[in-house]
Amino acid sequence: MLTRYSIELNHAWCKACRICVDFCPKKVFGVNESGRAVVVNIEKCVGCTLCELWCPDFAIKVEGSEQSGEAS
Amino acid sequence: MAVHVDRYLRLHKMPHIWCPGCGNGIVLGALVRAVAELGCSRDEVVVITGIGCSARTNAIIDFNTFQTTHGRALSFATGFKLARPEMKVVVVTGDGDGLAIGGNHLIHSARRNIDITTILINNSIYGMTGGQHSPLTPAGSYATTAPYGTLEPVFDACRLVEGAGATYVARGTAYHVVLLQRLIARAISHKGFAFVEAVSQCPVGFGRRNKMRTPSEMMRWQKDHAVTVKAAAGMSREQLRGKILIGEFVNRNLPELTEVYGRLIREAQSRPGGE
Repeated sequence: MLTRYSIELNHAWCKACRICVDFCPKKVFGVNESGRAVVVNIEKCVGCTLCELWCPDFAIKVEGSEQSGEAS
Repeated sequence: MAVHVDRYLRLHKMPHIWCPGCGNGIVLGALVRAVAELGCSRDEVVVITGIGCSARTNAIIDFNTFQTTHGRALSFATGFKLARPEMKVVVVTGDGDGLAIGGNHLIHSARRNIDITTILINNSIYGMTGGQHSPLTPAGSYATTAPYGTLEPVFDACRLVEGAGATYVARGTAYHVVLLQRLIARAISHKGFAFVEAVSQCPVGFGRRNKMRTPSEMMRWQKDHAVTVKAAAGMSREQLRGKILIGEFVNRNLPELTEVYGRLIREAQSRPGGE
Protein backbone atom coordinates (compact mmCIF):
# COMPACT_ATOMS: atom_id res chain seq x y z
CA MET A 1 0.00 0.00 0.00
CA LEU A 2 1.28 3.41 -0.89
CA THR A 3 1.96 5.89 1.85
CA ARG A 4 0.05 8.99 0.92
CA TYR A 5 1.05 11.28 3.73
CA SER A 6 4.15 12.05 5.69
CA ILE A 7 4.28 13.41 9.23
CA GLU A 8 7.16 15.48 10.50
CA LEU A 9 7.56 15.63 14.28
CA ASN A 10 9.66 18.23 16.05
CA HIS A 11 10.81 16.57 19.27
CA ALA A 12 12.50 19.76 20.45
CA TRP A 13 9.03 21.36 20.72
CA CYS A 14 6.92 18.32 21.69
CA LYS A 15 5.98 18.33 25.38
CA ALA A 16 4.57 14.81 25.51
CA CYS A 17 0.96 15.92 26.15
CA ARG A 18 -0.41 12.93 24.15
CA ILE A 19 -3.25 14.86 22.50
CA CYS A 20 -2.22 13.51 19.08
CA VAL A 21 -1.88 9.98 20.48
CA ASP A 22 -5.32 10.04 22.12
CA PHE A 23 -7.32 11.81 19.41
CA CYS A 24 -5.90 10.65 16.08
CA PRO A 25 -8.90 8.91 14.51
CA LYS A 26 -6.60 6.36 12.88
CA LYS A 27 -4.22 5.73 15.81
CA VAL A 28 -1.19 6.80 13.82
CA PHE A 29 0.81 7.88 16.89
CA GLY A 30 2.55 6.15 19.74
CA VAL A 31 5.08 7.44 22.28
CA ASN A 32 8.79 6.92 22.79
CA GLU A 33 10.58 6.28 26.08
CA SER A 34 10.44 10.00 26.94
CA GLY A 35 6.68 10.09 26.31
CA ARG A 36 7.01 12.17 23.14
CA ALA A 37 4.94 11.36 20.09
CA VAL A 38 6.26 9.05 17.43
CA VAL A 39 4.61 7.89 14.23
CA VAL A 40 3.84 4.19 14.41
CA ASN A 41 1.17 3.68 11.74
CA ILE A 42 1.87 6.10 8.90
CA GLU A 43 0.10 3.81 6.42
CA LYS A 44 -3.17 4.45 8.26
CA CYS A 45 -2.90 8.25 8.00
CA VAL A 46 -5.75 9.77 5.99
CA GLY A 47 -4.29 13.28 5.99
CA CYS A 48 -7.08 14.87 8.07
CA THR A 49 -4.39 17.09 9.71
CA LEU A 50 -6.31 17.20 13.01
CA CYS A 51 -3.09 16.27 14.84
CA GLU A 52 -1.43 19.35 13.38
CA LEU A 53 -4.42 21.57 14.23
CA TRP A 54 -4.61 20.19 17.78
CA CYS A 55 -0.90 20.12 18.61
CA PRO A 56 -0.52 22.94 21.17
CA ASP A 57 3.22 23.04 20.55
CA PHE A 58 3.25 23.21 16.73
CA ALA A 59 5.41 20.10 16.74
CA ILE A 60 3.50 18.25 13.99
CA LYS A 61 3.43 18.88 10.25
CA VAL A 62 1.42 16.69 7.90
CA GLU A 63 2.29 16.72 4.21
CA GLY A 64 0.59 15.06 1.29
CA SER A 65 3.05 13.02 -0.73
CA GLU A 66 3.51 13.01 -4.51
CA GLN A 67 1.45 9.84 -4.75
CA SER A 68 -1.63 11.30 -3.13
CA GLY A 69 -3.45 11.61 -6.46
CA GLU A 70 -3.03 8.00 -7.57
CA ALA A 71 -3.09 6.29 -4.23
CA SER A 72 -6.79 6.42 -3.53
CA MET B 1 -3.04 20.44 3.97
CA ALA B 2 -3.10 22.70 7.01
CA VAL B 3 -1.19 25.97 7.12
CA HIS B 4 2.06 25.33 9.01
CA VAL B 5 2.01 27.70 11.95
CA ASP B 6 5.79 27.81 12.46
CA ARG B 7 6.10 30.25 9.55
CA TYR B 8 4.29 32.80 11.73
CA LEU B 9 6.22 32.25 14.95
CA ARG B 10 9.22 33.87 16.59
CA LEU B 11 11.34 30.77 16.45
CA HIS B 12 13.78 31.95 19.10
CA LYS B 13 10.84 31.86 21.57
CA MET B 14 10.18 28.19 20.83
CA PRO B 15 9.48 25.86 22.48
CA HIS B 16 7.01 28.19 24.18
CA ILE B 17 6.50 28.36 27.95
CA TRP B 18 2.91 27.07 28.03
CA CYS B 19 2.50 23.82 29.99
CA PRO B 20 2.16 20.44 28.26
CA GLY B 21 -1.31 20.13 26.74
CA CYS B 22 -2.29 23.78 27.35
CA GLY B 23 -5.03 24.80 24.95
CA ASN B 24 -3.55 28.25 24.35
CA GLY B 25 -1.33 26.86 21.61
CA ILE B 26 -4.37 25.38 19.86
CA VAL B 27 -6.14 28.76 19.98
CA LEU B 28 -3.02 30.53 18.73
CA GLY B 29 -2.86 28.05 15.85
CA ALA B 30 -6.50 28.75 14.99
CA LEU B 31 -5.82 32.50 15.01
CA VAL B 32 -2.78 32.21 12.75
CA ARG B 33 -4.62 29.95 10.31
CA ALA B 34 -7.63 32.28 10.30
CA VAL B 35 -5.38 35.20 9.34
CA ALA B 36 -3.73 33.06 6.66
CA GLU B 37 -7.17 31.95 5.40
CA LEU B 38 -8.25 35.59 5.05
CA GLY B 39 -5.12 36.33 3.02
CA CYS B 40 -4.01 39.07 5.41
CA SER B 41 -0.32 39.79 5.66
CA ARG B 42 1.12 39.71 9.15
CA ASP B 43 1.91 43.42 8.81
CA GLU B 44 -1.79 44.25 8.62
CA VAL B 45 -2.50 42.57 11.93
CA VAL B 46 -1.68 43.73 15.43
CA VAL B 47 -2.15 41.41 18.39
CA ILE B 48 -2.55 43.13 21.74
CA THR B 49 -2.59 41.28 25.05
CA GLY B 50 -2.75 42.03 28.77
CA ILE B 51 -1.30 39.80 31.48
CA GLY B 52 -1.57 36.09 32.10
CA CYS B 53 -1.05 32.89 30.14
CA SER B 54 -3.14 34.23 27.24
CA ALA B 55 -0.80 37.23 27.04
CA ARG B 56 2.12 34.99 26.14
CA THR B 57 0.54 34.72 22.70
CA ASN B 58 2.32 37.79 21.53
CA ALA B 59 5.73 36.68 22.70
CA ILE B 60 5.42 33.83 20.24
CA ILE B 61 3.35 35.09 17.32
CA ASP B 62 5.33 37.02 14.70
CA PHE B 63 2.75 39.73 13.92
CA ASN B 64 2.83 43.31 15.17
CA THR B 65 2.37 42.79 18.89
CA PHE B 66 2.30 44.56 22.14
CA GLN B 67 1.72 43.43 25.64
CA THR B 68 -0.01 45.87 27.93
CA THR B 69 -1.20 46.01 31.55
CA HIS B 70 -3.47 43.55 33.29
CA GLY B 71 -7.00 43.69 31.86
CA ARG B 72 -6.28 46.81 29.83
CA ALA B 73 -5.43 45.34 26.44
CA LEU B 74 -8.76 46.63 25.08
CA SER B 75 -8.02 50.19 26.22
CA PHE B 76 -4.68 50.18 24.41
CA ALA B 77 -6.35 48.51 21.44
CA THR B 78 -9.03 51.22 21.34
CA GLY B 79 -6.35 53.93 21.14
CA PHE B 80 -4.45 51.97 18.54
CA LYS B 81 -7.52 51.36 16.38
CA LEU B 82 -8.57 55.02 16.46
CA ALA B 83 -5.06 56.06 15.39
CA ARG B 84 -4.66 53.32 12.74
CA PRO B 85 -8.18 52.34 11.64
CA GLU B 86 -6.85 50.45 8.60
CA MET B 87 -5.17 47.83 10.81
CA LYS B 88 -6.79 44.60 11.91
CA VAL B 89 -6.66 44.71 15.69
CA VAL B 90 -6.90 41.47 17.64
CA VAL B 91 -6.94 41.32 21.43
CA VAL B 92 -6.14 37.99 23.04
CA THR B 93 -7.22 37.82 26.66
CA GLY B 94 -8.24 35.29 29.28
CA ASP B 95 -11.14 34.76 31.63
CA GLY B 96 -9.31 36.47 34.49
CA ASP B 97 -7.67 39.23 32.46
CA GLY B 98 -10.72 39.93 30.31
CA LEU B 99 -13.63 39.42 32.69
CA ALA B 100 -12.33 40.25 36.17
CA ILE B 101 -9.79 43.06 36.13
CA GLY B 102 -10.64 43.90 32.51
CA GLY B 103 -14.39 43.40 32.68
CA ASN B 104 -15.14 47.09 32.57
CA HIS B 105 -13.03 47.63 29.45
CA LEU B 106 -14.68 44.65 27.81
CA ILE B 107 -18.26 45.87 28.22
CA HIS B 108 -17.42 49.40 27.13
CA SER B 109 -15.51 48.24 24.05
CA ALA B 110 -18.56 46.16 23.15
CA ARG B 111 -20.86 49.13 23.79
CA ARG B 112 -18.80 51.37 21.50
CA ASN B 113 -18.81 48.75 18.76
CA ILE B 114 -15.21 49.53 17.91
CA ASP B 115 -13.75 47.30 15.20
CA ILE B 116 -11.62 45.06 17.42
CA THR B 117 -11.62 41.28 17.49
CA THR B 118 -11.38 39.94 21.02
CA ILE B 119 -10.47 36.31 21.56
CA LEU B 120 -11.11 35.36 25.15
CA ILE B 121 -9.39 32.12 26.04
CA ASN B 122 -11.54 30.58 28.75
CA ASN B 123 -9.48 28.06 30.70
CA SER B 124 -11.65 28.44 33.84
CA ILE B 125 -8.77 29.62 36.04
CA TYR B 126 -5.96 32.11 36.59
CA GLY B 127 -3.14 29.92 35.32
CA MET B 128 0.05 31.96 35.39
CA THR B 129 -0.61 33.66 38.71
CA GLY B 130 -1.11 30.39 40.53
CA GLY B 131 -4.48 28.74 39.95
CA GLN B 132 -6.81 31.23 41.63
CA HIS B 133 -10.49 31.02 40.69
CA SER B 134 -11.78 33.42 38.04
CA PRO B 135 -15.22 34.71 37.01
CA LEU B 136 -15.46 31.64 34.76
CA THR B 137 -14.46 28.96 37.27
CA PRO B 138 -17.58 26.77 37.41
CA ALA B 139 -19.33 26.76 40.80
CA GLY B 140 -18.19 23.81 42.90
CA SER B 141 -14.78 23.47 41.24
CA TYR B 142 -11.55 23.64 43.14
CA ALA B 143 -8.86 26.29 42.86
CA THR B 144 -5.95 27.39 45.04
CA THR B 145 -8.21 30.12 46.41
CA ALA B 146 -11.20 27.78 46.66
CA PRO B 147 -9.96 24.69 48.55
CA TYR B 148 -13.57 23.73 49.39
CA GLY B 149 -14.89 24.55 45.94
CA THR B 150 -16.07 27.84 44.47
CA LEU B 151 -19.42 29.18 45.58
CA GLU B 152 -19.98 31.82 42.94
CA PRO B 153 -21.97 31.52 39.73
CA VAL B 154 -20.10 32.29 36.48
CA PHE B 155 -20.68 34.86 33.79
CA ASP B 156 -21.93 33.77 30.43
CA ALA B 157 -19.26 35.83 28.66
CA CYS B 158 -21.02 35.69 25.29
CA ARG B 159 -24.35 36.87 26.63
CA LEU B 160 -22.58 39.56 28.63
CA VAL B 161 -20.92 41.13 25.59
CA GLU B 162 -24.04 40.66 23.51
CA GLY B 163 -25.99 42.61 26.11
CA ALA B 164 -23.28 45.26 26.17
CA GLY B 165 -23.59 45.80 22.41
CA ALA B 166 -21.09 43.55 20.60
CA THR B 167 -22.07 43.00 16.98
CA TYR B 168 -20.35 39.62 16.49
CA VAL B 169 -20.39 37.00 19.25
CA ALA B 170 -19.37 33.36 19.00
CA ARG B 171 -17.95 30.50 21.03
CA GLY B 172 -15.70 27.63 20.04
CA THR B 173 -13.48 25.19 21.90
CA ALA B 174 -9.94 23.90 21.56
CA TYR B 175 -11.42 20.49 20.71
CA HIS B 176 -13.62 21.99 17.97
CA VAL B 177 -10.59 23.63 16.41
CA VAL B 178 -11.88 23.75 12.82
CA LEU B 179 -15.00 25.60 13.97
CA LEU B 180 -12.87 27.86 16.15
CA GLN B 181 -10.71 28.87 13.19
CA ARG B 182 -13.82 29.64 11.12
CA LEU B 183 -15.34 31.75 13.91
CA ILE B 184 -12.11 33.70 14.39
CA ALA B 185 -11.87 34.35 10.64
CA ARG B 186 -15.45 35.66 10.61
CA ALA B 187 -14.77 37.78 13.68
CA ILE B 188 -11.74 39.38 12.04
CA SER B 189 -13.71 40.06 8.85
CA HIS B 190 -16.57 41.57 10.83
CA LYS B 191 -16.78 45.35 10.98
CA GLY B 192 -17.45 46.17 14.62
CA PHE B 193 -16.72 44.68 18.01
CA ALA B 194 -16.30 40.93 17.55
CA PHE B 195 -15.96 38.54 20.45
CA VAL B 196 -14.97 34.89 20.31
CA GLU B 197 -14.82 32.85 23.49
CA ALA B 198 -12.44 29.93 23.07
CA VAL B 199 -13.11 27.29 25.70
CA SER B 200 -9.73 25.82 26.43
CA GLN B 201 -7.95 23.53 28.86
CA CYS B 202 -5.56 24.30 31.68
CA PRO B 203 -4.46 20.80 32.69
CA VAL B 204 -2.02 22.02 35.35
CA GLY B 205 -3.92 24.85 37.07
CA PHE B 206 -7.47 23.53 36.70
CA GLY B 207 -7.59 19.93 35.47
CA ARG B 208 -5.36 18.41 38.15
CA ARG B 209 -7.51 19.88 40.90
CA ASN B 210 -10.77 18.91 39.26
CA LYS B 211 -10.50 15.21 38.43
CA MET B 212 -9.35 15.75 34.86
CA ARG B 213 -5.79 14.57 35.07
CA THR B 214 -4.73 14.81 31.45
CA PRO B 215 -5.10 17.33 28.62
CA SER B 216 -7.00 14.70 26.63
CA GLU B 217 -9.54 14.22 29.43
CA MET B 218 -10.18 17.95 29.40
CA MET B 219 -10.62 18.01 25.63
CA ARG B 220 -12.96 15.04 25.88
CA TRP B 221 -14.97 17.09 28.37
CA GLN B 222 -15.24 19.85 25.73
CA LYS B 223 -16.32 17.30 23.14
CA ASP B 224 -18.95 15.78 25.43
CA HIS B 225 -20.39 19.04 26.76
CA ALA B 226 -20.49 21.22 23.67
CA VAL B 227 -23.77 21.61 21.80
CA THR B 228 -24.05 23.62 18.61
CA VAL B 229 -26.46 26.53 18.52
CA LYS B 230 -28.39 24.68 15.84
CA ALA B 231 -28.76 21.47 17.87
CA ALA B 232 -29.61 23.45 21.00
CA ALA B 233 -32.62 25.00 19.27
CA GLY B 234 -34.33 21.60 19.43
CA MET B 235 -33.35 20.79 23.02
CA SER B 236 -35.17 21.49 26.27
CA ARG B 237 -33.80 23.59 29.10
CA GLU B 238 -33.32 20.40 31.08
CA GLN B 239 -31.34 18.74 28.28
CA LEU B 240 -29.10 21.81 28.02
CA ARG B 241 -28.24 21.91 31.71
CA GLY B 242 -24.45 21.75 32.15
CA LYS B 243 -23.80 22.03 28.40
CA ILE B 244 -21.83 24.74 26.63
CA LEU B 245 -23.25 26.27 23.48
CA ILE B 246 -20.87 26.66 20.56
CA GLY B 247 -21.23 28.48 17.27
CA GLU B 248 -22.28 31.95 16.24
CA PHE B 249 -24.72 33.81 18.51
CA VAL B 250 -24.74 37.33 17.09
CA ASN B 251 -23.82 38.76 13.69
CA ARG B 252 -25.34 42.18 13.12
CA ASN B 253 -24.29 45.43 11.50
CA LEU B 254 -24.42 48.65 13.47
CA PRO B 255 -22.44 51.90 13.17
CA GLU B 256 -18.79 51.28 14.03
CA LEU B 257 -16.87 53.74 16.22
CA THR B 258 -13.82 54.53 14.07
CA GLU B 259 -16.05 55.17 11.04
CA VAL B 260 -18.39 57.46 12.95
CA TYR B 261 -15.41 59.17 14.53
CA GLY B 262 -13.69 59.60 11.14
CA ARG B 263 -16.86 61.20 9.74
CA LEU B 264 -17.01 63.60 12.66
CA ILE B 265 -13.38 64.65 12.10
CA ARG B 266 -13.97 65.27 8.38
CA GLU B 267 -17.14 67.22 9.12
CA ALA B 268 -15.47 69.36 11.79
CA GLN B 269 -12.51 70.07 9.51
CA SER B 270 -14.80 71.15 6.66
CA ARG B 271 -16.34 73.92 8.77
CA PRO B 272 -14.90 77.41 8.53
CA GLY B 273 -11.77 77.53 10.64
CA GLY B 274 -11.88 73.78 11.04
CA GLU B 275 -8.50 73.05 9.47
